[in-house]
Amino acid sequence: MSDSAFLSLEKLTLAYGDTVAVKDLDLSIQKGELVAFLGPSGCGKTTTMRSIAGLLKPKSGRIRLEGADITHVSANKRSVGLVFQSYALFPHLTVFENVAFGLRLKGISGAELEVRVVSGLNSVGLTKFANRKPAELSGGQQQRVALARSMVMEPKVLLLDEPLSNLDARLRLEMRTELQRVQRDTGVTMIFVTHDQGEALSLADRIVVMLNGAIEQIGTPEDIYNSPASAFVADFVGFENIFPIENGRLRAGNGPIELAGPLPHDAAGLAWRPRMLTLGSGPFQGTVRGASFSGSAREYLLDTPFGTLKAEVDAALPAHCAGAALAFDLPIEKAAKLKRFN
Amino acid sequence: MNPRLFSATVLFLVAAFLIGPFIIIVAASLSAGETLAFPPQGFSLKWVAKVFEVESFRESFAMSMLLAVGGTAAALTLGIPASYALSRYHLPFGEAVRTVVALPIIVPGIIVGLALLRYLVVPFNFNITLALFLAHTALVLPYSVRVVSASLNNLRSDIEEAAVLLGSSRAGAFFRVVMPNIRSGILAAFILGFVTSFNQVPVSLFLSGPGVRTLPIDMLSYMEITYDPSVAALSALLAFMSIGIVFLAERFLGFSRYV
Repeated sequence: MSDSAFLSLEKLTLAYGDTVAVKDLDLSIQKGELVAFLGPSGCGKTTTMRSIAGLLKPKSGRIRLEGADITHVSANKRSVGLVFQSYALFPHLTVFENVAFGLRLKGISGAELEVRVVSGLNSVGLTKFANRKPAELSGGQQQRVALARSMVMEPKVLLLDEPLSNLDARLRLEMRTELQRVQRDTGVTMIFVTHDQGEALSLADRIVVMLNGAIEQIGTPEDIYNSPASAFVADFVGFENIFPIENGRLRAGNGPIELAGPLPHDAAGLAWRPRMLTLGSGPFQGTVRGASFSGSAREYLLDTPFGTLKAEVDAALPAHCAGAALAFDLPIEKAAKLKRFN
Repeated sequence: MNPRLFSATVLFLVAAFLIGPFIIIVAASLSAGETLAFPPQGFSLKWVAKVFEVESFRESFAMSMLLAVGGTAAALTLGIPASYALSRYHLPFGEAVRTVVALPIIVPGIIVGLALLRYLVVPFNFNITLALFLAHTALVLPYSVRVVSASLNNLRSDIEEAAVLLGSSRAGAFFRVVMPNIRSGILAAFILGFVTSFNQVPVSLFLSGPGVRTLPIDMLSYMEITYDPSVAALSALLAFMSIGIVFLAERFLGFSRYV
């Protein structure tokens, strides 16, 4: 672990009873970073987040924050905030009292309390709702109360569980902007959990892709999007045509694929996004099984000797009907080179 | 017969069956006669006034109140933590505990009373008031667990974690965010327990001793000796008390949501 790590997880193993959810996880996060834990449900991302919050005791391994070992520090003394997916606002308290809750426990009262709560509410634009109960607010407003409630505590790390998944498309954009602004203004280290690659790509500085309780790949959104390390990550970020390399040859379900040119010798597989296929020319022949028009693009399902492939071209190009025969190519230079095939 | 007329008749008969005795009691208590009779002979409030003069009624009323308030409070003291544990944790014998707690509803009161008398009071010379108190606590416990559990199940458990992450201890989270949100459930359980305990007869019948008697038992023994309308007057007063309590509970708590 590097010395500059603000938050580090070292050989962290987490379990529910005998079921191991996360095994030997190593991760270090810098101060002020906005990190996404991305993965399908059951991959261990939420479990890892809960252990950082102190809500789950690790079976083994360590968690360090600013160099101090906080593995056994209880959740109420960690300076780690968590915005729950369900927001978890206290239904019997007003918005003001929800935000004041943690400050009161710190012994803050009177004018200082008032100032801090109001400025917290102000930063999420909810000052005029201070006297409402949570049930009288919309989902988006409740989430902003939850955000303010955590942020007034000035946590060292703010954790967010699926922060955008309960919001509709317009609110999502608003909340995304909000979170980025809070992060920019306060410099708080943020970690959020999501199963949505779009959310992770658009919000995070760095993405930790998880699968089966282990880290599959860590990288910037560009790294993850353009250079997935494994077939799983490739599939997760939208590469739909993925083939392993076995014995130096690219392999489809029913036999080898002979590409023009040498294969990269350090790759375990190649993956193409639908956009990366060349349609209309090339050494291979396919038949259009289905076509769809999405406004900006035309998508095709092609029956080919290598199985069904997915291709996408600009909508300005002329359409092909189902049943049409098409030449196509899988250009090696465009393919993502997978280090692992799983 | 026309089905509407038929159902109206059935409805009327059921209502008459349920409310009839109450009307008869109220009417009989207002009688000017010397014996309990219906229809009442004349009109007077003297039997209502007499209720407050009978000393044993005052004493047994105090005993019944003590049992109803104290027993219900004790049952809630046990029942709230039990409900919390049953609803928040996956306990190995959770279902068994739930069943055992519900037993006093299922086992006939007369058996509970006899058992306590025969195996607790008689062999150990156990204090009868204490035995009554324990019996009433046990009888009310199932209701308090059921009603409090219902309100706990309607409450998200992640608000406790949220409170902890904001600096509260686990116990603090219970008192700061769980209790305030189940308060109306607890009040509903208290009222239900109070009424159950106050109206309890079979168990209290066995656990009576010199100077230790609950009001319903005292009324029974009073009637064996004195057959005057004052028992009817007392019954009517108690019925109005119960109606008042349930009405207020429904008005302010939406009681019917819990029971």
